[in-house]
Amino acid sequence: MLAFLVKRVGNAILVMLTVAFFAFLIFRFLGDPVELMVNESATQVERDELRARLGLNDSFLAQYVRFVGHAAQGEFGLSWRNQQSVATLIAERFPATFELVIIATLLSLLIGIPLGVFTAIGRGRWWAESLQLSSIVGVSLPSFFVGIILILVFSVSLGWLPGYGRGEVVKLGWWSTGLLTASGRAALVLPALSLSLFQITLVMRLVRAEMLETLRADFIKFARARGVKHRALWFRHALKNCLMPVITLTAMQVGNLIAFALVTETVFQWPGMGMLFMQAVTFVDIPVMAAYLCIVSFIFVTLNTLVDIAYAVIDPRLRAA
Amino acid sequence: MRFTRMTATGIALLALAMPAMAETLKWGASRDISSLDPYSYGDSFALGVLNHVYEGLVRYDRNLKLEPALATSWEIISPTTWRFHLRDGVKFHNGAEFTAEDVQASLKRASDPKSPLRGNIPAYKGSHVVDAHTIDIDVSANYPLLLNDLTTIYIFDAGWLKDNGAEAPTDVGAGTEGYATYHENGTGPFKVESRQPDAKTVFTRFDGWWDKPQHNIDRIEFTPIASNATRVAALLAGDIDFTDQAPVQDIPRLQGSSQVKVLEGTDLRTVMIGFSQRDQLIDGKPNLMKDIRVRQAMQIAIDLDLINKKVMRGKSRNAGALVAPQIPGYDAALDTPMKADPEKAKELLKAANADGFTFNFNCADTLVNEEQVCQAVASMWSRVGLKPQLDQGTRAVQTPKRSSGKVDVYTLGWATLPMLDTYSLTSQVLHTKEGSFGIFNWGGWSDKEFDKVTEASAVELDQAKRLAMEAQSLKIAKEHVLMIPLHQQPLAWATNSKIKDFPLFSDNLPRLWLVKM
Repeated sequence: MLAFLVKRVGNAILVMLTVAFFAFLIFRFLGDPVELMVNESATQVERDELRARLGLNDSFLAQYVRFVGHAAQGEFGLSWRNQQSVATLIAERFPATFELVIIATLLSLLIGIPLGVFTAIGRGRWWAESLQLSSIVGVSLPSFFVGIILILVFSVSLGWLPGYGRGEVVKLGWWSTGLLTASGRAALVLPALSLSLFQITLVMRLVRAEMLETLRADFIKFARARGVKHRALWFRHALKNCLMPVITLTAMQVGNLIAFALVTETVFQWPGMGMLFMQAVTFVDIPVMAAYLCIVSFIFVTLNTLVDIAYAVIDPRLRAA
Repeated sequence: MRFTRMTATGIALLALAMPAMAETLKWGASRDISSLDPYSYGDSFALGVLNHVYEGLVRYDRNLKLEPALATSWEIISPTTWRFHLRDGVKFHNGAEFTAEDVQASLKRASDPKSPLRGNIPAYKGSHVVDAHTIDIDVSANYPLLLNDLTTIYIFDAGWLKDNGAEAPTDVGAGTEGYATYHENGTGPFKVESRQPDAKTVFTRFDGWWDKPQHNIDRIEFTPIASNATRVAALLAGDIDFTDQAPVQDIPRLQGSSQVKVLEGTDLRTVMIGFSQRDQLIDGKPNLMKDIRVRQAMQIAIDLDLINKKVMRGKSRNAGALVAPQIPGYDAALDTPMKADPEKAKELLKAANADGFTFNFNCADTLVNEEQVCQAVASMWSRVGLKPQLDQGTRAVQTPKRSSGKVDVYTLGWATLPMLDTYSLTSQVLHTKEGSFGIFNWGGWSDKEFDKVTEASAVELDQAKRLAMEAQSLKIAKEHVLMIPLHQQPLAWATNSKIKDFPLFSDNLPRLWLVKM
């Protein structure tokens, strides 16, 4: 077991280093931040001095090694655009993204699971099939489009919900939450819905497939023969047997949602990490981009490693892998 | 019945109470300011926003003419020394008195080698305090544009800077944060109440402002909304009262709404096309654009009316001169847009032996509809037998190529900000690249006669003579087809129609202290 753990964690660190390496390779093609940082009338000498101060003249390998050295100590430097510590910037934005992702995940489970069950038990009926068909729309619509349509309908035409921002937030220590105020909760609805739409259809299709499988199992037939009520049969006996893969999928998808939240955040001006990253790209703010990529890949890698370890704990056969 | 009457009374009372209620203006901008420190990033937009909090010795009025602000008057006591008399009774937001010490500390901070704003006061050499309300500023030579430069040098409180260890500008290379990034202490009409980067910055009225307020705003909520569609939706839904970036393609829709008023004008920014004047193109082939006939042909191949109608939707203003009419030094006689004449262009190209001439055409993404403008121009050139190789990319990618001279033909938008004078264009774009001159002379153009006139205008203190010299510079540029002027960009702001008076500024910087709600 120890060897397995060491191997897994070693893999995770290797992945992180590779991500940072590629990130630094890409940064070279994003352009020159100095041209954006100085005033239009700065002289060439002033530009060169600034470039030297930022260490941009060094080879990308030297910049990469320096970054990894600092990052290992939790030191990401200062944002070139905001002149604030990158760690603080990301810590400020993290609660917004995290709340959005958690609410989107809850929505996807609360809506996706019942829909999955209904489409499974109503298989062949017109309402189940049309639900199933419309779920294709959810999978294929790009989320920026969904976001704009939601804003148009609920914010502009109906005027029910705000179309941008986070509303009023309450500070709990360093954490800021929008869940404790009415305007904060209202502001959360549209972005969470737009972010979760894809996830809802994913959960629904997964639950449906699993349910169809389980409903054919012998124990369901026996239960039915014993006269167990339909409702209890579907929701207690069958559904429970379908939830394992759903939980795994959800855990793995949290990382995805955090990464893809950047599209939703841009559309809804949600002040989260994705928004920060998008702005950093426009201004070639390398410290922010590097830190963001590392943190997101850290979340990904951690979730995957935890899932792997959990599997190994449950199933001894996997420990040899 | 009784209920109805009570409700009616309630509504009437509410209506009576309305004028006394706090007036809040919600400003939806297309981007956030990077910091509360005006000396942090060379960015005209951020300086414009922070002008509500900080002020300079002089400022621009409603018509973009210079007027006294923290200084009341000034005189030139020797060719290289200006004396400024400072306003009495000005208070900073923390209550400190404004004195000459503050001006000196601020100039020192702005001209620090690490300050990104250093380029804004190129001629500044030093200053000495004469008395509490008089200061002398030394400049390197006769320099007529000091006042223009000082509009963006905002004044900090010397004591506040010292107490918070912020006397020098924040150096991102050193990795330590600065106090002024998060805090402010200016003399301006508004104070910062709170700031959440990328979410909301709240400004409130400063009651101790020295000037008589023309505005009636108590509170400004500044929210960046980067996505055009979301910003337009927020305006239509009444979630914001004002945006300084109404997308060109959404203007008809906004005009169709009774809740929204669109303010349209033309920007000071003139969009133009520049040429390489080096002996060789970037691929090593001989540069035929050194022949004026080729440049002339490229100019008359472009149909400005078509670009105006199709690409800019009729909102731009065709340009014949390289600066906008509002800029000092503009000469109406030069502002005659060139008529398209593809046949003549073909003849000129044939005469210059430049049929099928292939060159690189570098375009970025910062001007209004820049990609479409470039595509249109490229196809107009192809029509007369030229072969432009369009190279499009983001500003951050294209600028290094441009400043290192790795371009043959390029676009440029020049608004002469923050100086607001033709000298900004002649000295930085058209003058030979040497020293602090010609930083944006990406084509490597050099003309002794032009340089002489431009340098003479730089030290001429007589306004009328100086403007005549600048017009002379522009005339030389036009005769030699140094650049092809295309148009002045459209400028569109949109406000909620309940706002009574909202002056539009062609430098694209809102001045909310002149707004009546």
